[in-house]
Amino acid sequence: MALRGNLRDFTITQLLNLINLAGKTGTLIVEGPSEEAQVAFRDGKLAFARIGAEDGSLAAILHRANRITTSQYRAIRERADRMGDKELGLLLIDGGYVTQEDILVNLQNHIAGIVRRLFTWVEGFFRFESDMDPPADRIQVRLDLENIIIEGSRQLREWEQLQDEIPSLDMALKFTQRPLTNLNLSAEEWRVVRYVDPRNSLRQVAATNKLGELDIRRIVYGLLQAGLVELVRPAGVPAPVNPRMFPTRDKIEQKSLINRLIGRIRSM
Amino acid sequence: MQTVKMVVTGPFNAGKTQFIQSVSEIDVVSTERRLSSEGERAVKEQTTVAMDFGRITVDDDLVLYLFGTPGQKRFDFMWEILSEGMLGFVVIVDSTRPETFREARAILETFRAYAPTPYVVAANKQDLEDAWELEDVRHALRLDGKTKLLPCVAINRSTVKMVLLELLYSILEEMEPES
Repeated sequence: MALRGNLRDFTITQLLNLINLAGKTGTLIVEGPSEEAQVAFRDGKLAFARIGAEDGSLAAILHRANRITTSQYRAIRERADRMGDKELGLLLIDGGYVTQEDILVNLQNHIAGIVRRLFTWVEGFFRFESDMDPPADRIQVRLDLENIIIEGSRQLREWEQLQDEIPSLDMALKFTQRPLTNLNLSAEEWRVVRYVDPRNSLRQVAATNKLGELDIRRIVYGLLQAGLVELVRPAGVPAPVNPRMFPTRDKIEQKSLINRLIGRIRSM
Repeated sequence: MQTVKMVVTGPFNAGKTQFIQSVSEIDVVSTERRLSSEGERAVKEQTTVAMDFGRITVDDDLVLYLFGTPGQKRFDFMWEILSEGMLGFVVIVDSTRPETFREARAILETFRAYAPTPYVVAANKQDLEDAWELEDVRHALRLDGKTKLLPCVAINRSTVKMVLLELLYSILEEMEPES
């Protein structure tokens, strides 16, 4: 029977466990809430992963990891855009720009990072295609799944806790009265702090800083715990007024209604 | 007949059902079932799985309904349904159980995200010896100075009335600039 189903019934952790234990070879396709991920395995080991429209080429991975400069990245895109990752990797090693280890470590981090993101997907559909291989021009790795599963489970618990603390990314942040002095913030925290403004929703701050839902929640949670910021409804965003809140739209009647309620409860 | 509603929410066993019972003119329509988890049963024998429903008739033309939400997270799909069209909400927290403060905070944030309506926080069981001081509860829940945090004993009608009145005053204040 084909391995396919719903993430609500069978979680990413359970899927990876199964693939690991059964030593499966093939590609797991997960259709998440807003994008699709493809994760390839060989004999139960993680071999390759890509997500949505994200540029997962070797050049982009090395550029994001600061192993090649922006101008080198541009030059590769202009002159060697059609070159496969394997060929490009050999060229970069031969040219002394990166080492073989640089390539392997950064590819492993990139692929494991994609799988870690999948742990936060609780909605969506999956299917396992045993005859589907990764693109031939991409470099494959060979990563044991055990550690990723343990780390992912830990991350899932953190994700659930953070979702409890910050259930909606449509809220905004504002500074509390506490002065911002002698703060020891990380670069990522500062990037978020720069956008603390009741006009910016957390979703917008995350998008601007290219942060995932887990990362923005983690950073905001730290700032909330430190008492630096508080959650507010975004300013300028019309409040979703529910017409059923009051039985009348007349403001004077609404006020009178509240005063009648006050009178009634006082007299009880 | 005009009807309006308020929602009473909070963690499991915070005192929501009792709160509504103290002011409702009808016996609270409560959907209580025996708890399935041993851990939860140690705290309380029965809990609200769908909602509590209380009523206060104001006059011939106006009725206030009080809806109590189920406390356990596995019933949170009910919260948004119950919050639809509410005038405001009360978050009840058990002052003697600090282990539930974090959950109370999460529930508060969830309801704030549902609707921009006024709310108050009621620190219940303030009559018990091991109840946390109000200011300590405020810090633990990370409430700012403007948020109304009120002492409450859910079995005492006068403190429940005070909580509801403070919520209504907040609703009036919110309406002031527009009137």
